[in-house]
Amino acid sequence: MRAFTYERASSPQQAARAVSERQGAKFIAGGTNLIDLMKIEVETPTHLVDVNGLGLESIEPTEEGGLRIGALVSNTALAAHETVRRDYAVLTRAIVAGASGQLRNKATTAGNLLQRTRCSYFYDINQPCNKRSPGSGCAAIEGYSRPLGILGVSEKCIATYPGDMAVAMRVLDAVVETVKPDDSTRAIPIAEFHRTWETAPEKDNVLEPGELITAVTLPKPLGGTHIYRKVRDRASYAFALVSVAAVIQPDGTGRFAVGGIGSKPWRREDADAQLRNGATAAARVLTQGASTTEDNAFKVPLVERTLAAVLAEARAKGNAA
Amino acid sequence: MPDDKSGILPISRRGLLASSAATVAVTASPPLSAAAAAQTGEVPTESIRFTVNGEERALDLDTRVTLLDALREHLKLTGTKKGCDHGQCGACTVLVNGERINSCLSLAVMHQGDEVTTIEGLGTPGDMHPMQAAFVEHDGYQCGYCTPGQICSAVATLEEIRKGIPSHVSEDLTGGFAPTEMEMRERMSGNICRCGAYSNIAEAMAQVAGASA
Repeated sequence: MRAFTYERASSPQQAARAVSERQGAKFIAGGTNLIDLMKIEVETPTHLVDVNGLGLESIEPTEEGGLRIGALVSNTALAAHETVRRDYAVLTRAIVAGASGQLRNKATTAGNLLQRTRCSYFYDINQPCNKRSPGSGCAAIEGYSRPLGILGVSEKCIATYPGDMAVAMRVLDAVVETVKPDDSTRAIPIAEFHRTWETAPEKDNVLEPGELITAVTLPKPLGGTHIYRKVRDRASYAFALVSVAAVIQPDGTGRFAVGGIGSKPWRREDADAQLRNGATAAARVLTQGASTTEDNAFKVPLVERTLAAVLAEARAKGNAA
Repeated sequence: MPDDKSGILPISRRGLLASSAATVAVTASPPLSAAAAAQTGEVPTESIRFTVNGEERALDLDTRVTLLDALREHLKLTGTKKGCDHGQCGACTVLVNGERINSCLSLAVMHQGDEVTTIEGLGTPGDMHPMQAAFVEHDGYQCGYCTPGQICSAVATLEEIRKGIPSHVSEDLTGGFAPTEMEMRERMSGNICRCGAYSNIAEAMAQVAGASA
């Protein structure tokens, strides 16, 4: 690990300024992803600004009937929150499908949105990787690409966004609230938060230097049946090959987002509109434009089959209710 | 080079000369930037004060030191084990403010004021924690290397179930959660045992869960 200096931030604004004013400075919250990457020198911050003391751990109702989740709310606390379990169950289901109990206790809401790809070539500093070392090339496209992306990818990068929580947040149309170093704030719809890799794959998201996430808000509850189905190589503590987050209404309409297949949680409203026509129709629209390798082409039919299982489960639960 | 002028907490940094790890030069100010430190061969350090197994401890540490290495190398509490050092195996699991975490993926300097409990704090050979006694009774280990992490994780797992924290295998998210074998196995998936003592670990946990129910 490279040497770095360390400070504890006193306010979100001060934290944003501290990171923007220093070359190579980074925020640290839970640290479960950043410290891992620092040990193998994929991340080499020169200065860390610890934001844990900023008091952003509350979950509160919004005036619009939704929920405002502080940036530092742990994955465990968010999954266990009574309102989330009752009204946003797809979010609880997605969170507890990821990582381990130990990691969920440390991982934060904001940090989880910023989780970096698990592409093995990104992790190996001896390999070319446009995300880690812009312009060096991509070893994954001709390499071991089975876990990697088919949507939002390019000839520069086929990394996936690896998380589960954000896939549910995409279905729920969450909004990411931030503060910038000049004290201005903005609200970024989650659909626009993560990027695709046509250009600049080294930039995972649209945050500007020093811009700090302060909260994530959820609109008012959607009702319906909430399902998160994750397909992976072992039953627990593994990243998704394909995951589907869905909220399905009793009349068969609904919305769904898919994880494990793209540069970002993948959702299309024109695919949502096909849900009443079944998994085949909806999955066909969702995966339009997919760019596959020999190793990851299986993800296209796996999206359809996972969605079919989700719709079957929704029908079973809807009938039981 | 811009310096750290935040002044949030009193910070003392000391520089270690790279050529002689035993030589310590105390510099009151200004604090080092990492780039300046790289040029001079000095390493940024921070002071930290926290409670470990009920005892107040103070350390001056290289900022890179993980909580795991602070416990093992600086406080000589070697019960907590380093397995993968990347949050994948769970051997380093300790309790911080009552919650289990991977101590390998946490910087020691981020634990100012925290209460840390390691396997040494749960019980002693003469006065074992019920979970330690159950592991012995049910032979919940073979080589024993993952065991301190397994036991810390097992103690926290039962507490998480009691507090109503859901898991991936919880069918009903709105109700309480029972310490069934499925629940305990799922919640323990962050602790790997290469000897494969899982069934005995599950029996040990079931005994403690039954006794406390």
